[in-house]
Amino acid sequence: MSVLVYVEHAEGKFKKSTFEVVSYAKAIALQLNTNLVALAIGSLAADQLSSLGTYGVQKVLHVNDAQLGTFNAQAYTSILSDAAQKEGATVVVLANSFSGKGLAPRLAVRLKAGLASGVVALPTLLGAALSVKRTAYSGKAFAHVKLSGAINVLALNANAYPASEQPVSAEVVSLTSTAKASDFKISVKEIVRASDKISLPEADLVVSAGRGMKGPENWHLIEDLALSLGAATACSKPVSDAGWRPHEEHVGQTGIAVSPNLYIAVGISGAIQHLAGVSSSKTIVVINKDPEAPFFKVADYGIVGDAMEIVPQLTAAMKAYTQNG
Amino acid sequence: MRILVCISNVPDTTTKITFNSDNTEFNSSGVQFILNPYDEVALSKAIDLCEGGKGTITVIHVGEASTEPTIRKALAIGADDAVRIDATPSDAYFVAYQIAAYAKDKNFDMILTGRESIDYNGAQVAAMLGEFLDLPSISIIKKLDLNGNKATLSREIEGGKEIVEVEGPFVASCAEGVAEWKIPNMRGIMSARTKPLEVLAAQSLETLSVVEKFETPTPRGAVKMVDAANVSQLVDLLHNEAKVI
Ligand SMILES: Cc1cc2nc3c(=O)[nH]c(=O)nc-3n(C[C@H](O)[C@H](O)[C@H](O)COP(=O)(O)OP(=O)(O)OC[C@H]3O[C@@H](n4cnc5c(N)ncnc54)[C@H](O)[C@@H]3O)c2cc1C
Ligand SMILES: Cc1cc2nc3c(=O)[nH]c(=O)nc-3n(C[C@H](O)[C@H](O)[C@H](O)COP(=O)(O)OP(=O)(O)OC[C@H]3O[C@@H](n4cnc5c(N)ncnc54)[C@H](O)[C@@H]3O)c2cc1C
Repeated sequence: MSVLVYVEHAEGKFKKSTFEVVSYAKAIALQLNTNLVALAIGSLAADQLSSLGTYGVQKVLHVNDAQLGTFNAQAYTSILSDAAQKEGATVVVLANSFSGKGLAPRLAVRLKAGLASGVVALPTLLGAALSVKRTAYSGKAFAHVKLSGAINVLALNANAYPASEQPVSAEVVSLTSTAKASDFKISVKEIVRASDKISLPEADLVVSAGRGMKGPENWHLIEDLALSLGAATACSKPVSDAGWRPHEEHVGQTGIAVSPNLYIAVGISGAIQHLAGVSSSKTIVVINKDPEAPFFKVADYGIVGDAMEIVPQLTAAMKAYTQNG
Repeated sequence: MRILVCISNVPDTTTKITFNSDNTEFNSSGVQFILNPYDEVALSKAIDLCEGGKGTITVIHVGEASTEPTIRKALAIGADDAVRIDATPSDAYFVAYQIAAYAKDKNFDMILTGRESIDYNGAQVAAMLGEFLDLPSISIIKKLDLNGNKATLSREIEGGKEIVEVEGPFVASCAEGVAEWKIPNMRGIMSARTKPLEVLAAQSLETLSVVEKFETPTPRGAVKMVDAANVSQLVDLLHNEAKVI
């Protein structure tokens, strides 16, 4: 028996969400009184791989060849399912990331496994089955799902479980790929990454703005505030629809769902579709000139006032705080 | 070209989500059900691709008879025909299995789904379909162009996008942006009533997941207002009270 965790990386570096996923998987391994095995695919340096021991991984399986440098759902499914079987895994954990969403469902079908995605808490063990809490209704509710496969697959949301160090020494084992030639029907032509920006789905701090900002010419105020905090920027749907901001920044029911520690909403009214994507944020700050704006009802802190004045003041106060602290 | 678009029937985006007294069932009384917004955008993309007689579109839904208004809506927007697999869609695995059983000998060139249903938010059906049918699957796309038999798609990744190419049949799940939303016109609405809607029995399948109970988020405490003349107090509260900075 074991718990297998798939460790995602971007260009050879593990992401914060990977350490969250590993820590989560470690906690399950401890619940089950078994070992935690990690599987990494693609080009990664030896010290990156062994660094997983910091989070309690006892064994790291590494598979790499020329074809595996970019994500391929079918090939990765073949490798992951073979590893799960070989390691006798009863639980497989992945990130509920964009790639995770391409991988976990295929893996579940291949392994005839139960699958829960959007998971936000540790499972409760019910004999061989397990019950796990996941988001539902676009952030408006949670569902407790019982999984009864011989193997079960859990895809964990970003920012749902904190990374925690519990160092052990990790043995790194290189494996040859078990992907089939027929797995490679998709070819990756290009990867475009805005490298200077903080990835929104995984961000700890988010500064978001809506139509109350009046136009794209005022967005430097939002960017300055984000910069002073080290936060990612986001926006409401009408803002990206109008082309004031790129679509990748649109949060809400039909955009990205975020759950940062801090969500600052500037000039956003708080429509139900917007709230759906942000309501699981730990702390919500609302800045709006209308004291009746619905967003205040779900906020922790609020300021009533003109964003054009408040935001620069807040940026200055943040800067003062970071310089002194 | 033949395109299959998978559609789900979900509570309207403005719905206040409540459950029955023991929190085991969604309280659907008075709730307006709609075509899942992402499926609408997937269908819109299919219509763009088929424009000028370049292909036909079948929509498929796994669900009970009560969902037929949603299926008719898809026909009104522009699908050519529809299939309903008559069953309660118990989970994504069940749904994907039924769709795969229908599609396996139909030679669709492309199967499109929405990125996720807005009720269960699984984001599972597309990739499961790919696995059941042994087809490549691309999850969460924002762009899809066809050039003969070759498709170029842009899929979302954290902090960017990945451009991929695939030849031959594939499954893709569509996010907002892949096409402009199509609004049904009068002719569409009229013809939707007479377009074929085939109802098929479901295959039996043991599922491995079941929702035991629902929970609504615990409401936040009352909002604490900070005076606009004293913005730096907010920084203080975020640091000392909320402890998020
Ligand atoms: C199917 C569907 C899906 C949707 N999905 C989403 C989604 O995913 N995400 C999303 O965001 N929306 C979504 N919407 C749209 C949603 O219903 C709202 O229309 C939208 O969220 C409103 O955006 P907003 O708050 O920026 O603009 P508005 O509602 O126009 O609000 C602007 C706010 O700014 C305030 N304001 C104005 N001037 C100032 C100032 N100088 N200083 C401070 N405050 C000021 C105003 O008081 C107001 O509260 C969806 C709608 C539908 C129908
Ligand atoms: C009375 C009732 C009870 C239900 N109980 C449960 C439950 O306990 N657990 C559960 O997981 N689900 C349940 N569902 C089903 C749910 O509505 C979904 O159809 C199914 O779970 C897939 O949801 P998903 O979020 O995983 O799909 P996703 O993978 O998020 O959906 C992605 C895409 O797949 C397609 N798709 C999704 N559902 C269907 C469908 N039914 N027919 C055709 N295409 C579809 C759409 O294109 C959609 O955009 C229930 C439905 C009903 C009516």
